[in-house]
Amino acid sequence: MKRFKVLSAAALLLVTAGVAATALAWHPALPPIDRARNFDPSLVKRGETLAALGNCGGCHSAPDRPAFSGGLPVETPFGAIYASNITPDPDAGIGRWSEEAFRRAMREGVDRAGRNLYPAFPYNHYTEVTDADDGALYAYLMTRTPAPAEVRSPALPFPLNLRPVMAAWNLLFFRAGAYTPDPARSPDWNRGRYLVEGLGHCGACHTPHGLLGEEKSNAAFAGGMAEGWNAYALNEASPAPVPWTVDSLAFYLHHGWQAVHGSARGPMALVTANLGSVPEEESRAMAVYLMSLMGPQSADKVAEASAREAQVPTPLAAASAGSQVAIASTSNDRGALLYAGACASCHSSGRPLPYGGLTLSLSSALHAPDPSNVITVTLHGLAAPPGAPGSIMPGFAGALSDPDLAALLAYLRADVAHEVPWPDLDATVKTARARGATLVVSDGTGAAPADTHTRIAP
Amino acid sequence: MTTLTVNGTAHEVAVDPMTPLLYWLRGDLALNGAKYGCGLGQCGSCTVIVEGEAVLSCVVPVGALDGKRVTTLEGLGTEAQPGPMQRAFIDEQAAQCGYCIPGMMMKAQALLDRRPDASDAEIRATLQTNLCRCGTHMRILRAVRRAADAMLKSGPAPVRVGDSR
Repeated sequence: MKRFKVLSAAALLLVTAGVAATALAWHPALPPIDRARNFDPSLVKRGETLAALGNCGGCHSAPDRPAFSGGLPVETPFGAIYASNITPDPDAGIGRWSEEAFRRAMREGVDRAGRNLYPAFPYNHYTEVTDADDGALYAYLMTRTPAPAEVRSPALPFPLNLRPVMAAWNLLFFRAGAYTPDPARSPDWNRGRYLVEGLGHCGACHTPHGLLGEEKSNAAFAGGMAEGWNAYALNEASPAPVPWTVDSLAFYLHHGWQAVHGSARGPMALVTANLGSVPEEESRAMAVYLMSLMGPQSADKVAEASAREAQVPTPLAAASAGSQVAIASTSNDRGALLYAGACASCHSSGRPLPYGGLTLSLSSALHAPDPSNVITVTLHGLAAPPGAPGSIMPGFAGALSDPDLAALLAYLRADVAHEVPWPDLDATVKTARARGATLVVSDGTGAAPADTHTRIAP
Repeated sequence: MTTLTVNGTAHEVAVDPMTPLLYWLRGDLALNGAKYGCGLGQCGSCTVIVEGEAVLSCVVPVGALDGKRVTTLEGLGTEAQPGPMQRAFIDEQAAQCGYCIPGMMMKAQALLDRRPDASDAEIRATLQTNLCRCGTHMRILRAVRRAADAMLKSGPAPVRVGDSR
């Protein structure tokens, strides 16, 4: 109830501000045009790369609908917003939009007709995209196949269903403007910052959101929730037990997995699958910038990390033991028994990633402040992406009861990760089971490592 | 002591509770329908049904299943009186080497128990993680379709052999 009251008060404030802001923030409709068709193929190609970097299809493509025709519900604390159709269909899509209208949507969050878009469309990030890149994205989208697929209206309560209210939101939380490079930093850092803060909109998931859905500017990259998944902190609070490096992070972003950090899954699998389709320099630039956010690691943490890494069996030792090893349980703890019976044949086999299971002492999921990710993956497993090799894991929803799953995770958290217990583990298990499987595929661009010890060739 | 009901018969489990269900079914109960394929929960040939859910018996310790009801391939029918799923696989001759087939049948049975009117797309999606290396996929899909149609036509599923549900 308290939260409801706060939200109501906030909503009332928004209405008042909205009335004032509507006058201030009125946007003209831009004239409709016949669909633009003639583009330099190299511009279209560049737009394709940029669309992958921005993960446009992550929201604007939905299962069983044509690519970029929208329709995917984007859950917000206020209700679902359905991603719009950005194919060049003249009616259902953006076929009548001029490049100026497209650029205005990216820069200011306003559609061709002058209506405010909802910030589920991350224009607070896209505002940093350069005019040249907007032009390339426009060329790419205008040359896609038009799809006449209609999209449902947002399911938002009053007053949020009134788009002018977003003008007030903009006054409070939105600053328009393209990115200006920092000449004191390296070209890689600047490219990375441009991608991470702008088109890549990493903060949309990895920064916590405030009561009105805004990204908390004083907690940038401190970790957030997206679609039931925990988007880990990317600042100095990163939960990775082995600190990331530019090399390991660049590899992870491009390949969707990394030997001591594990596999991308959930919404992140879409991101890394996209990044895998563009040159690896882009992932490296993002890694350079992200590492500057994580800051230098303390000597203690580095020492602890190398101790953890040293415990991981080498692929050679695992290969000589065959693909499976018998793990003797040393405890009567129920969680330890379950681990030995259900998990150890992969996670203690020492078979290297991406086809072996991660040695769980290295798992960010077990070290993260919220157990949602490890619960979801344990319940539903990881499906390989359609038509591509990728990490897989069977789901245990039918085999492990809620109390058993909680016992298993409590054991892993305490005895394997050596972290303090998660609060409300039982409740989080129930919530995650009720939510069901969403986007539980791994990224398939992983392409098996050039390592003869893996069992499966790509 | 862990107790499991398998195909309608209650059993006390005398083995280490971390023993995979598959080993106990095959080694102690001589129920050899479920097959050992990869032992890693990645191929599906060991699939059985636990409380209505398809479960990979090679990666589930018996100790996790105390008091639960398990149905194995043997619970779907006998050689003399095959159940509708088994009948359909015979009619479509949907096996080559046959090693994956028990898992295919159990996974499909769990789906049809839950959704008797499952579409072809749902059947495909459900069986996606059950591997067949002979390439019998099209026959398997036809067999499951045939089984689904037969079960829909004959009304509520007949009580399975030994199944106390």
